[in-house]
Amino acid sequence: MNLTLKSKLLIAGGFLVFVFLFIPFFISFSGRSDFYFTLTSVALLSIASAGVWLTFYIGRINIGQGAFSLIGAYVSAILVMKAGMNFWLTLPLAGLFTAFVSVLIGLPILRLKGVYFAMITLVLTQVVTLTALALPITNGARGIVSIPLPRELSVFGVTLIPDLGTMDNPKLAFYLISCVLMVLTYWVLYRLVNSRLGQICRSMQQNEELASSIGINIAYVRIIVFAISSFFGGIGGSMFGAIAQSVYPSTFQVKDSIDFMLNCFLGGLGYVFGPLLGTFVLYFGWDLLFILDKFQLLVYASIVIILMRFLPNGLLSIRFSNLRRKSD
Amino acid sequence: MEQILVNGVYLGAQYAMIALGLTLIFSLMNVLNFAHGQMYVIGGFVTYTIYGQLGIPFVVALFASCFTLAIIGALVERYLFGPVLKRSAREESSMLLAAGIALLLDAVILLLFGEKQRGVPKIVDGVFNWDFRIIIPYDRIVICCLAIFCIVAFIAFMQYTKTGRALRALAQDRVACQLMGVNVDRYSTIGFALGALLAGLVGGLLVTITGVNLGMGTPTSIKAFMMVMIGGAGVISGAIAGGIILGFLEAFGLAYLSQYGDITYLLIFITLMVFLAIRPQGLMGKPWG
Repeated sequence: MNLTLKSKLLIAGGFLVFVFLFIPFFISFSGRSDFYFTLTSVALLSIASAGVWLTFYIGRINIGQGAFSLIGAYVSAILVMKAGMNFWLTLPLAGLFTAFVSVLIGLPILRLKGVYFAMITLVLTQVVTLTALALPITNGARGIVSIPLPRELSVFGVTLIPDLGTMDNPKLAFYLISCVLMVLTYWVLYRLVNSRLGQICRSMQQNEELASSIGINIAYVRIIVFAISSFFGGIGGSMFGAIAQSVYPSTFQVKDSIDFMLNCFLGGLGYVFGPLLGTFVLYFGWDLLFILDKFQLLVYASIVIILMRFLPNGLLSIRFSNLRRKSD
Repeated sequence: MEQILVNGVYLGAQYAMIALGLTLIFSLMNVLNFAHGQMYVIGGFVTYTIYGQLGIPFVVALFASCFTLAIIGALVERYLFGPVLKRSAREESSMLLAAGIALLLDAVILLLFGEKQRGVPKIVDGVFNWDFRIIIPYDRIVICCLAIFCIVAFIAFMQYTKTGRALRALAQDRVACQLMGVNVDRYSTIGFALGALLAGLVGGLLVTITGVNLGMGTPTSIKAFMMVMIGGAGVISGAIAGGIILGFLEAFGLAYLSQYGDITYLLIFITLMVFLAIRPQGLMGKPWG
């Protein structure tokens, strides 16, 4: 919180070195290339979780991020398969389309508050899953399968991202690209929170009526924030579909929406990097518990409950609570 | 047409009971109980074990389901929700806890009862047939009547007993209730246990018709959320109305829309979203819960 600029830069630099240099070296050294998939998933899911966190920031419990991730994944898959577009072009389009949908849906439902908003977004996830099952273009329950790997992306003849289909190690490439996206997302989120919009969001989190009485157009801010949040969800989902090379209606369902919310809670709602930490702990923890075989779910659930029982304000609250006490 | 109406009543009665438990817990604790569907499944499995496997009479099995769930509910409130709600900076943290409990109960069900679909022998044989206009098995009639009886008993309990009055007061205003000398902690536990008990009771009743399996938990929770949203969160009459409305919608949808594919629920969801955009607090809810 009250870190100096220098130590902030140091932490950020350390994190980047760790993610982009240390982990690839470690994996190539230990030969556990299956970690790439896990870590790539963590990076992508944390992008979607960042969106959920942003809606928390205006005081809304969002359990509908799975819906937007699924929309993003389908938009990319359909554009690649039916229109033959380059995946890297469809990625921003998926995000924009998702944001557009979220504006349409958000206009009525953002008027709801508290538990009502939570429940309606939960229902929204179910609506999108059912729509994907019913529409002909999404190919129903069979889903869209064998999507080709992303082609190369070049601007004015300069290759930015090589053709992933011909690479020896597409896993590493996917990992690096996902991490770049993740870093960008959290950078945007950090800037957003520390901007004027972030301050408006904080005021809305505390009291919307008061915020509107001093001249903030709360309806407009709500829609903007919800659209940004869904944009993150769409990007994360679209990239996830490209890595899995397939999209099914069950790719993102109610359980995933709840997981996104849990990631934010577990990391701590008061801290920008909470969802990143939460996603990492939950996803990695689940994978590590694989050795317990049939007791995996039991132990996992117990850990979540115990964490919530003793740290109800999130993992980062250990620091957070000390700081708050000082400032009181 | 008569058949559809009868199906609607039957579905509505069972849905109303599921929604009652959820709305009770919500009104008392302001907790959205994600684990409600899992509690329902546990109730079903307890009845299955006692009635289906051990061959003990159905009524005893039902009581065992209620008893098990009441204990689970009381323990969960006393040792998990109560302390967390007191310590947490934001009351939404209870949602993570509820989701965690849903996972835990899923794990427990998986370990104790396995993942197979289970059914029990019918409690009453035969089919009621009125001139081929209404065809309904006798066991469904029995279950439907039992469900309606339980709803009436629950309302009477809430309305006329001392415990019920205390619970209603607690739902209205926690602090005022405490000032009137009600032991708030104790009645929170009782209320949570009662809500869980209702879930177990429905589970026990419905296992005789639909059977029970591990995957039923989350869809049941979602249906219960929908009913609560239709009727208004935290209002008992709203939960009953929501359950009956959803039951009828489903009965009509299955009768008239099934030729267009599986779109009944899609339409119900979309209608619900439009409805909530116009009336956010549901049919009978207080504005902003």
